Amino acid sequence: MCDRQVEKTIRLQEDIIGARQAGRDLARAAGFGTVDQTRIATAISELVRNALLHAGGGLCRIAVETTEASATLQVTVSDDGPGIPDIALAMQPGHSTTRGLGLGLSAVRSLMGGLSIESRPGRTTVVTSMTRRR
Amino acid sequence: MRVPILRLGRVLLTSILADLTDDQAIQLQGEILALVRDDRADGAVIDISGVEVVDSYMARLLNETARMIRVMGGEAVLCGMQPFVALTLVEMGRECLEMRTALDLEAGVEMLKATIADRDAGRPAALVPPSA
Ligand SMILES: Nc1ncnc2c1ncn2[C@@H]1O[C@H](COP(=O)(O)OP(=O)(O)OP(=O)(O)O)[C@@H](O)[C@H]1O
Ligand SMILES: [Mg+2]
Repeated sequence: MCDRQVEKTIRLQEDIIGARQAGRDLARAAGFGTVDQTRIATAISELVRNALLHAGGGLCRIAVETTEASATLQVTVSDDGPGIPDIALAMQPGHSTTRGLGLGLSAVRSLMGGLSIESRPGRTTVVTSMTRRR
Repeated sequence: MRVPILRLGRVLLTSILADLTDDQAIQLQGEILALVRDDRADGAVIDISGVEVVDSYMARLLNETARMIRVMGGEAVLCGMQPFVALTLVEMGRECLEMRTALDLEAGVEMLKATIADRDAGRPAALVPPSA
């Protein structure tokens, strides 16, 4: 049994690359394969970019729990931005308020196998988790 | 980090060797488009073998670059995509990346030249000016 956690402040574009690199490193250390590492890094990229783009920045926490049988990696990105008024709508593929592809959140859901969003005005929290067995 | 753009005849070659920030990616897009616009190239082969993450932002930028090159009469081909990046893109959604892709730089250049040749072969008919 082994727990590890990393926190990254998201304020600049470079922080997007830093956060997803940190996620990839943690995932690799926990025994996730290359494909899962890429899924995780891409999902983190989407979430922290949303925090930067839609909320001006935020905090990215990546936590791994490893047991003999499995490893769980959880990504939590939070920000103090405007919040998401209609979460179901925001998660729909193709929906974007900023001329993006609108694929970020739906991509996170399929890449990580789950996504839950909590939001109220002035406070958006995105929690997502993923499990892998060994 | 600045991404160098090489020229092979009228084909632009660029290899992205590491993940780019958004601004770096936009700068590269601008430089490629300027070269095509000034008629110094017929198209671009973009090698992304060094890129480990293509997220929806990067996918949109690549699509947009290809579309704008096409509008200016050129073509664009993506090559060298890592298999795990390709898999991730598929999982993110079909609409994600709409660019033509080749296995490596060499195949990319061949594909670009073939596409341009095909298009040019069909051009005379399309370019007959309307009788004014
Ligand atoms: N952290 C956030 N704070 C406020 N609004 C958000 C946040 N994250 C997402 N949203 C809202 O949800 C919408 C959908 O997000 P999603 O990531 O799916 O698409 P996008 O960011 O618009 O485009 P893409 O990610 O494809 O470049 C956004 O357009 C935005 O309105
Ligand atoms: Mg997004």
